[in-house]
Amino acid sequence: MLEPTKTVDVEKVRGDFPILRRTFDGKRLVYLDNAATTQKPKAVIDSLVDYYSRYNANIHRGVHQLSIEATEAHEAARKKVARFLNAGSHREVVFTRGTTESINLVRFAWGPAAVKEGDVVLLTLMEHHSNIVPWQQLAKERGARIEYVPLTPDGRLDMGEFERLLGLSPALVAFTQCSNVLGTINDAERLCSMARSAGAVTVVDGAQSAPHMAVDVRRIGCDFFAVSGHKMLGPTGIGALYGRRELLDSMGPFQTGGDMIKEVHVDGARWNDVPYKFEAGTTNIADAVGFGAAIDYLASVGMDRVRRHEVELLRYSFEKLSAIPALTVYGPADPESRGGVISFNLADIHPHDMASILDAEGVAIRSGHHCAQPLMDHLGVPGTSRASFYIYNSYDDVDAFIAALLKAKKVFSV
Amino acid sequence: MSSDFYRELILDYYRNPRNFGKLDPHDIDAKDLNPLCGDEVEMQVKVSPDKDKIEEIRFVGKGCAISQASASMLTELAKGKPLEWVRSLSRDDITKMLGTSDLGPARIKCAMLSVKVLKTGVYGYLGDKYDEPE
Repeated sequence: MLEPTKTVDVEKVRGDFPILRRTFDGKRLVYLDNAATTQKPKAVIDSLVDYYSRYNANIHRGVHQLSIEATEAHEAARKKVARFLNAGSHREVVFTRGTTESINLVRFAWGPAAVKEGDVVLLTLMEHHSNIVPWQQLAKERGARIEYVPLTPDGRLDMGEFERLLGLSPALVAFTQCSNVLGTINDAERLCSMARSAGAVTVVDGAQSAPHMAVDVRRIGCDFFAVSGHKMLGPTGIGALYGRRELLDSMGPFQTGGDMIKEVHVDGARWNDVPYKFEAGTTNIADAVGFGAAIDYLASVGMDRVRRHEVELLRYSFEKLSAIPALTVYGPADPESRGGVISFNLADIHPHDMASILDAEGVAIRSGHHCAQPLMDHLGVPGTSRASFYIYNSYDDVDAFIAALLKAKKVFSV
Repeated sequence: MSSDFYRELILDYYRNPRNFGKLDPHDIDAKDLNPLCGDEVEMQVKVSPDKDKIEEIRFVGKGCAISQASASMLTELAKGKPLEWVRSLSRDDITKMLGTSDLGPARIKCAMLSVKVLKTGVYGYLGDKYDEPE
């Protein structure tokens, strides 16, 4: 049966995830689409039911008992996120809908006042669209220019070019801590330190890193850090932005309306303190509570063990994959320097055909451009197939994945 | 879902597409892509002198086996047909053409991309606008 790795008791973990009991035509679900979204443990699902069953109320200005309980749970979740990222204080954590909205918050609340005509915004070629398009829009609006850090042949940032581009004194350096396609883990601490020396503000996309490894935003030394709850066992529709207090204090609001104000008069308004200044309207209370429950679950496993588990699965997968001719795997070859994401192409099999054949075997993977078209253009492919791991994946899952891959190979006679 | 629809016929048209290439001169040129998959199909049509039949038709494109085989097979099916025939093209016609019935909701879009492109082009030529049904 399921062979536990040295790091995570997979069989025990799997028992916590009701969806993993689903079968398709008698085949068990092999869920390898974790970079897109993760499954939810019972503890997270229960936290939502509990919230709506026992203490649903609007937060912050309610005097009644339910509102007090809801407010406490919401703010407790914020503190959990703050601890998880090692932020200096819970005031540095803004709840958002996810990484995309977190980055857009920086783009709208920080960008227009900070980026001037002729400024340079520095991105990398391995960014997700959510860390490209907001900056393209800002650059267009402000008359700024975007530069991209190119990649080395094995899918790492070209550090020589990074250093050279920092010479342009960019106003902003935005990069992902872990590529959702290549799996490359960037040295966020080093990149931020270099960017800071060049006078740039830094935005780190943590969507693929925070769920899979221990993150310490203060050690990284970034100005902003964005995460999505649903990629780390939490519900959809909730995420967070870490922002350095000093910057958050100096910024104007994002969206405006209720709850983000201190006082409103007919001729104007004064903004609330951070982080509430950035949370207009009734926020996603239930899912924030669920996000907190997801963090509790991850903390009980331990992020270092999560990371070790995925490295083990990568090592095992690479060993098996290397025996398949005509298979191209993208990104660094060393499991230690990459996340649990395997993007690949097999001969002339289009990624969507690959995903269909794997689906028929009960193996769920993703296929396409993975919201990283500039990277696809750089790789010279229309798309890739992508298998991505999490704590409930086992060696058995890898075996099922490889078997399905060989089936596709046979169907297409390659 | 089953993957039985990867029949030899589809793989053959994927690897050896018939009527692949540009057509010059042409009267109709339409192109579309499926943003979900990145499948791309462009079709060019030469209309008969009496302006009512598809005299020549060729396509270019890139993407999955389903989308490209469908485009290639559709060019063979459409050649010589009245322009009005294009209006009647249905999902059933396409699954029949591909010799399959179980594409499923995720992949039927790949098969129907070529129909969308041909309809867009022909409707435009006839002075109409084609709106893809939901």
